[in-house]
Amino acid sequence: MNSATNVGGRRGKRMISLLFSAGCLMATMLCLMMLLVLLWSVISEGAAWLNWDFLNNFLSRHPEKAGIKSALAGSLWLTAFTALFSLPLGIGAAVYLEEYAANSWWRKMIQLNISNLAGVPSIVYGILGLGLFVQTFALGRSVISGALTLSLVVLPIIILTTQEALRGVPDSIRHASYALGATRWQTVYCQVLPASLPGIMTGVILALSRAVGEAAPLVAVGALTWVTFVPSSPMDQFTSLPIQIFNWSARPRPEFHQIAGAAIMVLLLVLISMNTIAVFVRYKYGKRIRW
Amino acid sequence: MSAKTIDIPDSTSVKPEPLTGDQVMDVGDQTIEIDDPTFTQAPVVDRPNTVGASENTVTRIRTRDLSVFYGEVQALKNISLSVPQHRVTALIGPSGCGKSTFLRCLNRMNDMVDGVRIAGNVWLDDQDVYDTGTDVVELRKRVGMVFQKSNPFPKSIFDNVAYGPRLSGIRNRSELHQIVEHSLKRSALWNEVKERLSDSALQLSGGQQQRLCIARALATDPEILLMDEPASALDPASTARIENLIFELRDRYTIVIVTHNMQQAARVSDRTAFFYEGRMIEDGPTKQLFTTPAEKQTEDYITGRFG
Amino acid sequence: MSSVSTFVKPVSPQHQATGVQGRRKTFEKLIQAFLFVCAGISVATTVCIVVVLLVESVQFFFEVSIVEFLTGTKWTPLLKPQHFGILPLLCGTMLVAVGSAVVSIPVGLGTAIYLSEYAPPRLREVIKPVVEVLAGIPSVVYGYFAVVTISPMIRTVFPSAGPFNAASACIVVGIMTLPMIISLSEDALRAVPRSLRQGAYALGATKYDVTTQVVVPAAMSGIVASFLLAISRAVGETMAVTLAAGATPKATLNPLESIQTMTAYIIQISQGDTPAGTLEHRTIFAVGLTLFIVTLMINLLAQWFLSQVREKYE
Repeated sequence: MNSATNVGGRRGKRMISLLFSAGCLMATMLCLMMLLVLLWSVISEGAAWLNWDFLNNFLSRHPEKAGIKSALAGSLWLTAFTALFSLPLGIGAAVYLEEYAANSWWRKMIQLNISNLAGVPSIVYGILGLGLFVQTFALGRSVISGALTLSLVVLPIIILTTQEALRGVPDSIRHASYALGATRWQTVYCQVLPASLPGIMTGVILALSRAVGEAAPLVAVGALTWVTFVPSSPMDQFTSLPIQIFNWSARPRPEFHQIAGAAIMVLLLVLISMNTIAVFVRYKYGKRIRW
Repeated sequence: MSAKTIDIPDSTSVKPEPLTGDQVMDVGDQTIEIDDPTFTQAPVVDRPNTVGASENTVTRIRTRDLSVFYGEVQALKNISLSVPQHRVTALIGPSGCGKSTFLRCLNRMNDMVDGVRIAGNVWLDDQDVYDTGTDVVELRKRVGMVFQKSNPFPKSIFDNVAYGPRLSGIRNRSELHQIVEHSLKRSALWNEVKERLSDSALQLSGGQQQRLCIARALATDPEILLMDEPASALDPASTARIENLIFELRDRYTIVIVTHNMQQAARVSDRTAFFYEGRMIEDGPTKQLFTTPAEKQTEDYITGRFG
Repeated sequence: MSSVSTFVKPVSPQHQATGVQGRRKTFEKLIQAFLFVCAGISVATTVCIVVVLLVESVQFFFEVSIVEFLTGTKWTPLLKPQHFGILPLLCGTMLVAVGSAVVSIPVGLGTAIYLSEYAPPRLREVIKPVVEVLAGIPSVVYGYFAVVTISPMIRTVFPSAGPFNAASACIVVGIMTLPMIISLSEDALRAVPRSLRQGAYALGATKYDVTTQVVVPAAMSGIVASFLLAISRAVGETMAVTLAAGATPKATLNPLESIQTMTAYIIQISQGDTPAGTLEHRTIFAVGLTLFIVTLMINLLAQWFLSQVREKYE
């Protein structure tokens, strides 16, 4: 009797253990399945609409004539200017924190501040852009306002990943350089930055893909949804790919959902190629350096 | 804002005593003959040392009451030492005794450490190394350094050696090439790498990397060469090559070498200073220090009773 | 050896004109100043966020009392009679945050445990990048997914649900925040020392016992931090929620109804033609300020938990 309950208890215990591991496996499979369902829902709706005219047409009230030319151009302008603003600022800030700043309260304060900025919702940056760039600086609802806002959104990402990359360079390299009579900047520019370049590039691409997919701050800054021209200067008004996707997804007609799917395919293709470059850079240049 | 700071001792309060050429010091009375400068066989402990008999020479570096604090910890206590020109001065002692810290004071590499404080004086010739007016960058070009662990830049062999000259503004390709060749020849690496100067320096073996680091230090044409346990991470054959190299370089450079290996100190150096727990216990001609040490602690250490 | 010529020696430092050194030092100073400004911009950004939000909000609160704003149960700034009670928006935001946590916490923690404790290393190397892909998909794509796929599925199960409903927003936001929970929790689980597990196995514990009674409790600070960061992300999530949950400010806990979150309201006003400087337009700054404060509190709490992890193992 006694031994029988004991065996039963052990069996029950083994059962629970098995169920638990099965549950964890199911959770993992669920994650993978969600990704597959998402991709399937995009492709099944959009694939039929994806053709050259779709890339080359402007917006239209008729889904069959609508295209994403102005949105693609807008995204390109935005990304280029965002990179222009955020790269020097972000890498510069990271270099300051890792290579220049003494380990003081000031450095700790900036560091805490950056981790908090990384957690600020992007829509709040949109409100900041609206109040600062659009209204105070009177830059209007232009490409430049949008790009400046996106720069602030991605700046914490660039700073944090660049810091990580700089920390990966061993101090012995810095000491060797200083011992040869290099100044601080010569050491940073000639040794530390080249050695950490693969890591920095990975972070930069990660940050720029975030900028490419971001819509909320642009809506707050005042991106338009109806733009039938390609911006010709940074002061022009603009739309972007995610904003078109938002606009089409919000409409009730199923045809618009289908072209939204097609636009998402384009957006994901852009993001995938950017990330492929990042993986490639990390693999090709990261392997050469073994400390 | 700003960079890591250190306390620079006020040089005006302590009147420096500039060294002049007529100050001389005894470096011992050993003799030596080298007839084949390219020999690579491992040196033996009893190899005769030093050029010329009872030669006197100029002092290049002098410290007085040099103390170093890391925060509350005092790593060096009132070190006063003179380093003679064209001689090898070895600093020995158990690990943690402050010998590397002392070495790093001579080219101000300790400036990099957060929270370091330095008191006392260091003179290179008549220049106060810790004077506020001293240009650290120029100082480090005159005082080269080789580190314990070889640390080549992740670049080509050529770019490693050419880094220093390029910093000095030399851009001319043939001039750079000449300097690289001379430096690699002096560090006895040229024959092994002359065919592959554009290969990555990280592909070299440990011993080759360390000789590359020596070549890199020589390329800036320093007057003083500081070596921080340059052979401690190497196999015996590579160690022997490095020791031979040091022996050859002393004709041209003033060398200070830190080592925890007493046989090495005995083999390569003209003078030796023994450090223990942040103090310099004793210094003198190498042979004298190893045969008739003045202090009990020195004797205990060299006879292997501790450390 | 002796035949080697001496190098072209640079001019001796003492005799060199101070011009070169001076210029070099000036250059170094300029570079340092530039880098300092770069780092300062991050501080300036925070200051600007606070200033911009406060300046407009203060003007808003001149006309609407803070008490009405914080306790009012009606939010109708664009309709007469106007009401400025933020509770319906706050309620919508909390509904989405809690609802998404119901999805993301069990699935995320389960996946993290599987990856850290059960998965063979090679499978782990395959699954982790896939999870990263989920993190890289833009928010607006999740919004599309909610509208096109999730919402119709919910409506087949619950015919009473509207085309816009909180449930679909909860599910997609849950999926979006999964990668954050998985990667942070997995890091925390893997940081638990092997010796701790072996000690438990030596006492005859099963893998289930070791995981639930030793590993997960030891990694608790990191796991809680990942939950908090996911919730903070859900609170600030904008595009997916705007597309999925609708635009009906409503203090309800029924996930099948259409609601509006703080973020979705900001998008609604930004898209409309409300002129800047009016009371209606200033509402977005007041709502933005509330949003900023809520996320900041959650983030600071999460960082406190993370610092506990660091203290433990470093």
